Amino acid sequence: MGGDQDQTEVLRQQVTEAHAGRTPLRISGGGSKAFYGRPIEGTSLTVGGHRGVIAYEPTELVLTARAGTPLADIEALLAAQGQMLAFEPPHWGDGATLGGTVACNLSGPRRPFTGSARDFVLGCHVINGKGELLHFGGEVMKNVAGYDAARLMAGALGTLGVLLDVSLKVLPMPERKLTLMQACTPTEALTQMNRLAGQPLPLSATAWADGQLYLRFSGAASAVTSIPEHVSGEMLPKDAVFWAELRERHLPFFDDARPMWRLALPPAAPQPEIAGDWLIDWGGAQRWLASDEPADRVRAAAEALGGHAALFHTDAPAVDFHPLPNGLWQLHRRLKQAFDPAGILNPGRMYEGL
Amino acid sequence: MSEDGGIGKAKLVAQLLALLPADSVLSEPEDLHPYECDGLSAYRQQPWITVLPSTVDEVQAVMRLCHRHGVPVVARGAGTGLSGGALPHPHGVLLGLAKLNGVLAIDPVGRIARVQPGVRNLAISEAAAPFGLYYAPDPSSQIACTIGGNVAENSGGVHCLKYGLTVHNILQIKLVMPEGELLVIGSEALDSPGYDLLALVTGSEGMLGVVVEVTVRLLPVPEQAEVMLAAFDDVERAGSAVGAIITAGVIPAGLEMMDNLAIRAAEDFAHAGYPREAAAILLCELDGTREGVDEQVARVRQILEHSGATEVRLARDEAERAMFWKGRKSAFPAVGRLAPDYYCMDGTIPRRHLPLVLRRINELSEQFDLSVANVFHAGDGNLHPLILYDANKPGELARAEAFGGSILELCVEMGGSITGEHGVGMEKINQMCVQFGAAELTQFHAIKHAFDPEGLLNPGKAVPSLHRCAEFGSMHVHGGNLPHPDLERF
Repeated sequence: MGGDQDQTEVLRQQVTEAHAGRTPLRISGGGSKAFYGRPIEGTSLTVGGHRGVIAYEPTELVLTARAGTPLADIEALLAAQGQMLAFEPPHWGDGATLGGTVACNLSGPRRPFTGSARDFVLGCHVINGKGELLHFGGEVMKNVAGYDAARLMAGALGTLGVLLDVSLKVLPMPERKLTLMQACTPTEALTQMNRLAGQPLPLSATAWADGQLYLRFSGAASAVTSIPEHVSGEMLPKDAVFWAELRERHLPFFDDARPMWRLALPPAAPQPEIAGDWLIDWGGAQRWLASDEPADRVRAAAEALGGHAALFHTDAPAVDFHPLPNGLWQLHRRLKQAFDPAGILNPGRMYEGL
Repeated sequence: MSEDGGIGKAKLVAQLLALLPADSVLSEPEDLHPYECDGLSAYRQQPWITVLPSTVDEVQAVMRLCHRHGVPVVARGAGTGLSGGALPHPHGVLLGLAKLNGVLAIDPVGRIARVQPGVRNLAISEAAAPFGLYYAPDPSSQIACTIGGNVAENSGGVHCLKYGLTVHNILQIKLVMPEGELLVIGSEALDSPGYDLLALVTGSEGMLGVVVEVTVRLLPVPEQAEVMLAAFDDVERAGSAVGAIITAGVIPAGLEMMDNLAIRAAEDFAHAGYPREAAAILLCELDGTREGVDEQVARVRQILEHSGATEVRLARDEAERAMFWKGRKSAFPAVGRLAPDYYCMDGTIPRRHLPLVLRRINELSEQFDLSVANVFHAGDGNLHPLILYDANKPGELARAEAFGGSILELCVEMGGSITGEHGVGMEKINQMCVQFGAAELTQFHAIKHAFDPEGLLNPGKAVPSLHRCAEFGSMHVHGGNLPHPDLERF
């Protein structure tokens, strides 16, 4: 992998100077998720050049790579050893890096069955808002020394620290997989997804799109081959294309001019009564909605079901996250203060004032 | 201001009695006696006052009162912790959560259970069993330990390699903050807006808030589970067999190793059918669908034989499977019969360093003149050396502690951690200075401050002060065996 570079000192210098001058920094990697969050101003801090795999031990199931390492490179390296990132990360663009993937805590269709990006984080180096180099967690599966600040970085959108490198648990690729399709309504799909997820089956993804329920099974060859004896449905040939298009939001569903919502809901929650078109992923826990309904109505519907909703603008590169209740908001502010007292790391990217 | 905020014991007891029933407030020495220690009985301290609330409202009221008077609060579940995390504060309230023990809801369709913190770990799986579901993390103490304590310690168990730790298996907690406010962290969805506070609070050892409700994920009970026992005449060969299984793309549900002393102790105690002469045994559990497990059993058997196992046995039936596990799960009490006292360590290492670490532990055993039995969650690199000693012999406890400290420092040297699942508590507070530098410790204190600005929750545990580390560091330099002389010290 060409272009390996350790830019720790350069990055640290930039953050230290920004801290001294109270200059806001806008952190970027490959730019593929620049739209994910609120648009912000600030001096650019580019982590994309800080790249390279630092350690990879297939027998330990652990990989450590610098934040700017292209996700595609990591996936290729793992695949050559028959291993994978089990959270099936979406790239959402060509330049996707490891750092951006973890900072956004993005996970693909396998999420409900094997876990999220955060679940696979074992440790990381970060630069906090004072320019200090910190190491949290490590390269071992179990580690409860100190607070779990490494997993806290997952999904923090760089607002608590600049990710320098991340150690991830990796898993063997399943030997075999197959996808079955069943024509049904969204409500029938939810029932079926939850029913099957409660049975000891090697499920690795369930989704509903355009009138079809998709069930993916992965595992030992004999376990997968025998699935059609237990579960009905039509076999989907070349199924990898469908799951990749779903993960990357490339299915025709996502080509819609209306505001696009991501609702995170308890998997068995009924379909919210909101006018629009739906796509269901994550066994019911992640539902996409293209709808002109007012934002308040969508958010209230998600909340009423015990979930939350993020608005993916289709007319601008921006995502609005679900607002926090006051008690949690105050705690978020204090945590931000604890990591970034001058408020220079991606300020406002997640919420205004954070 | 005095440490207890100035309020006297009698006055605080009177105010607590206005909030809770009389039998929920204990202040007489004979009533306080059972709360002097947790599972690490070498550390003892009588609490000032023990309160046993039975509702969330009562917990909040106690927290508000203690906050108003600046009185420290130490939360306690079943008291099975092994690091002194629930060691009482001499001028503080010990908040026992055992009465909050209700299973509030089981949702078999959504596959979740909502429970109070005092519910025992195993009781969750028992409540879910009629639906073919269970709660995956299974610490050895699962009969007794409670889910609130599991969250506080981020407990693991023998199945974590495949099913993860507590942090991977909970969805939501309700947390009472030091000033009494109730926060809902996480949700029944798979993620929540904002920071991942659920990850931060899990394993925070009662330093950031008091867990008063937990929503856990339930998994379908696997269709089939098989356990294989493999014997080796050489510990290193057993270690390489572990790597070979994982390299072959198999993730066992459990993968445990025991050394000869542990094997003999467990066999004498549980009659599990272990080969007493083996230098090491591996227990490998495979679970999944019937077809998948049969295929994996055949593959793992081949790998084990290829790795030089002197014997490979597949448990013939459920009874034998249970026996194999019984030996392992009773390893601690079994080893406990070999000496008046034992001290259980909990370091983790990258698995490839196992042979070297075991050799070094044996050298340390000679150096400190204390026997050690090794039990090892081999799949995830978590070592449990059990140091045998006699507390009645002058100096043996101190020697056992020094031996244990050296093992933990060895784990850090190997790129591992001083604790895989038991927590830092009071026990490993000095070794935190070895694993972390001043910048990380300062950041941890800042996190603590964001949750608990007055420092009232479990003060003095889990994260050492820089002052303490400075003293510990200088002590170590005098000893002349400081690992990593190049690392930052303070």
